[in-house]
Amino acid sequence: MAAEAGPAPAGSKGVRRDGLWLLVTWIVLSIIGCLLVALVWGPHIPPGDASNTAASQQVDITVLATIATPVVIGILLYLGWALTFWRQKPGDETDAAPIHGNTRISAIWITATSAIVLALAVYGTVELIAPAGAGAGQGPQPIFQRGMPPATSDTSWTPGTNNILQVQVIGQQWAWTFRYPQFGGFETTDLLIPLNTPVRFNVTSLDVIHSFWAYQLGVKADANPGVNNVTFTVPKQAGQFVVRCAELCGIWHGAMYDYGKVVPVAAFMTWAHATEIQLAALTKILPPYALTYDPTVIANVGKVNEELGLTSAGGGYYNPADPEQP
Amino acid sequence: MAIETQPESAQAPGGREPGGTPKQRSWWLRPAWHTALIGAVIGYAIGHWLGNFMTPSFVATGGGANDSNDTAIVLGYAFLVLGWLIGLGVFNDLVRQMLGRPIPQLEEEREAVGGLSRYFRYTLDHKVVGIQYLVGMLVYFFTGGLLAMAIRTELLSPSYHVLSPTAYLEVVGEHGTMMMMMMTSVILGPFGNYLVPIMIGSKRVAFPRLEALSFWLTPCAYVILLSSFLLGGFPTGWTGYAPLSIQAGEGMDAYAFAFGLMGISIILAGFNIIVTIICYRAPGMRWGRLPMFVWSMLTTGFLFVLAAPVLVGGMYMIITDRTAQTAFFINQLGGSSYLYQDLFWFFGHPEVYILALPGFGIVCELLPVFTRKPLFGYKIAAAGMFGVAILSFFVWQHHLFMSGINPDMRPLFMLTTELISIPTGFIFLVALGTFWKAKIRLTVPMLFALAFFVNFLFGGISGVLLSDVPADTTAHGSFFVMAHFHYTIMGGLIFAFFGGIYYWLPKVMGITMNQRLGKIHFWTMFITFNSTFMPLFAVGMLGQPRRVFEYARNLETLNDWVSISAFLLGVSMLIFIFNFVMSTVVWRERAPQNPWQARGLEWQIPSPPPPENFAHIPVVLAGPYEYGDPNALPVADLNPPAGVIAGALTGAGASTTTSPGSEA
Repeated sequence: MAAEAGPAPAGSKGVRRDGLWLLVTWIVLSIIGCLLVALVWGPHIPPGDASNTAASQQVDITVLATIATPVVIGILLYLGWALTFWRQKPGDETDAAPIHGNTRISAIWITATSAIVLALAVYGTVELIAPAGAGAGQGPQPIFQRGMPPATSDTSWTPGTNNILQVQVIGQQWAWTFRYPQFGGFETTDLLIPLNTPVRFNVTSLDVIHSFWAYQLGVKADANPGVNNVTFTVPKQAGQFVVRCAELCGIWHGAMYDYGKVVPVAAFMTWAHATEIQLAALTKILPPYALTYDPTVIANVGKVNEELGLTSAGGGYYNPADPEQP
Repeated sequence: MAIETQPESAQAPGGREPGGTPKQRSWWLRPAWHTALIGAVIGYAIGHWLGNFMTPSFVATGGGANDSNDTAIVLGYAFLVLGWLIGLGVFNDLVRQMLGRPIPQLEEEREAVGGLSRYFRYTLDHKVVGIQYLVGMLVYFFTGGLLAMAIRTELLSPSYHVLSPTAYLEVVGEHGTMMMMMMTSVILGPFGNYLVPIMIGSKRVAFPRLEALSFWLTPCAYVILLSSFLLGGFPTGWTGYAPLSIQAGEGMDAYAFAFGLMGISIILAGFNIIVTIICYRAPGMRWGRLPMFVWSMLTTGFLFVLAAPVLVGGMYMIITDRTAQTAFFINQLGGSSYLYQDLFWFFGHPEVYILALPGFGIVCELLPVFTRKPLFGYKIAAAGMFGVAILSFFVWQHHLFMSGINPDMRPLFMLTTELISIPTGFIFLVALGTFWKAKIRLTVPMLFALAFFVNFLFGGISGVLLSDVPADTTAHGSFFVMAHFHYTIMGGLIFAFFGGIYYWLPKVMGITMNQRLGKIHFWTMFITFNSTFMPLFAVGMLGQPRRVFEYARNLETLNDWVSISAFLLGVSMLIFIFNFVMSTVVWRERAPQNPWQARGLEWQIPSPPPPENFAHIPVVLAGPYEYGDPNALPVADLNPPAGVIAGALTGAGASTTTSPGSEA
């Protein structure tokens, strides 16, 4: 698309047919480049394929990178060509032939870029809708739910039923906690999710804006105070994943990371039931499960954090006199 | 064909009576930077006292020793600016005119104040303002650059080691805000103010007082922003997201006030440049003959005027949330944190193109000169700039793709964002077409213009990934974004800026910068710039969020590579400073009037330009890019026969038929 940009030398029989050579070189290099990007680099492109959302993003980024390859090659090739062959000869102080424009070339260029752009927008929309929102936060009423079971029960969950597992992600300065409403609503600092099971994250915050980024799962949703931000994923590989805060939230933003685990369903159920019993005393003093919380009316905030073993001042405002030692 | 003319008599506003000259005071009483400084200090003291007086019941709610009264600080800043402007004499002419006294005109001012002292005053001379802006913006740029060095020093290690988390965030926020404030004005300020009147054949700008005011607000904004360090800094980065910015300490007041002040400054600069371009073009300077740089300044000016008020409003709301206890951005009290994000990015995204369009303008101006060819598709280039400028108001929600606000609208904003690549592609089409079978002269400015396209290519391509919601889910808020906008802003705008300095300095100062050092500067800057920011795309994709002081241990090698490249990038700036200072102060090699054999109107007058710019208002005869056309008329008649200005424009009118190039 890019390399044929030069206006065709109308009628003139040059010694070197720049347009033809550029076109041929561009096509050859582009085919090689596209194959390398799509087939060799593609499977290694972040964020990997540990979940359906991550895998769809990997495909998406691979497609975009493959489309970008001929553009980059074309423009760099053209600039390199220009610098090699169209330089001022020593002692030549004359001007080049005046070309004010070329309607045909311009029309081709504009049509081609418009077609690419519209195709990209359509493709991006498909990739957004197909994997149920592609792991991006969708606000309180998620509209992209393709393939996800409905949230039929907020209070119980059994594997294999037509009911999605819900995990509430609560951001606070500077820690993540996770509530499992379908298991008595216990709150913990450990994030475990079952393998090959659709999961619905309800992301919210108690103070400022955070962003829940489960890197290997390809999930990112801002945690806004007073807003429930929903996102979906289906983990496909067991193992650890990194959770980081991706929105600047204050001094210890850089230290606000955590690890989650994808475990087999049976192991998840065992863990969830055991934790529900183990944390029963703590669950009693928690505010009842809700999609958002107003930290100014939560009783026992300090006590909850103490019980959870949070080292931060999470849940309330930090001590302004010495914010580095909350 | 309409020719916009301005009779010379119309270029002197104000009801001045003939012969009325204001009497001169002794030098230390004349308004200049020192009286402004005294005014600022007195103003801050008054404002701080007033703030404490107005809020007698203030209690330090945080209980900390540093917590102090935001109202006092904000009013202190407000009165500081007021005192600074009074000390500068900004209001003197206003008062004189209101009292019916004669106000000094530009010519009288030039006679009254000569030499270097003009550069330290509130002046009506657009060329002086241009130089003031150049120096001011370079100070901003190098301050921000030093802060970037501090950031990269901290990121040498995956855990925190040099700066404390607080200090790190202070430095990150100052770097971002300082650079963003400076980038808005870095080309329109120096080059726009200096060159646009000359390029359009005018002796003056439309609103010289607004223009001077727009510059003199920037030192205030600089000092106020840096004063944030004394108040504990601000933890929000340059975006200042609420409610973190409401929760933050009083350093936040400095951020909000300085950024808002810069917003006011660019609104004023934008008005002046728009009206100047529309109303002060010389006879024959039709829209089809306007240099591309002037087109870019016009579009940038419109973005200034339309986008910056939203920034000022947002900053004002932050200040009232923090002082008057309003709750615009506090969810529990009926406000919304989304509101701030929308306000900020409704300014912030047009701002991104405020940072791109002047770069487009400069490279479009340089390419014809150094390829010795007319610009390929003049109208396409102008349309590209307008397309970018208009679309830039319809894309801001892509900054909120992950935030959960109206998720069903994301396909729309994905589309609008990707649409911007069409007009941006126009600029690339124009560039590639101009290169076709050219006779490229690889001078220093041309090298920077070429690098602009290489860098902007990578910046633009990575932008497509960010506009695509699924890909953005991984890239959003990571170092990928950071690398992307450094590629477009530094790789684009700043490379164009340096190209502009090397290109126009011979005109502005009559002095050539050393070309060999210029080439060394270019190559070190180009290589280290790419070596700094290219790996950051990978770092971001591998999971490092922005603005963190701790990162995964496996990214240490990449981060160290980036840090070392960044330090070398700093060294390349030292080469520039050395070249700039030595060339202009020590070597002072005289430049010929037109060293690049350029056709631009600004090159047809002596270097440096005479105080008047033109002895007579020129009559423009042809477009500025008619290289290689043996039949092309000279760009302008600098000594038009008497009576031409009065309306006998047959000669100029007839000539347009013989120069079809300007219609291309």
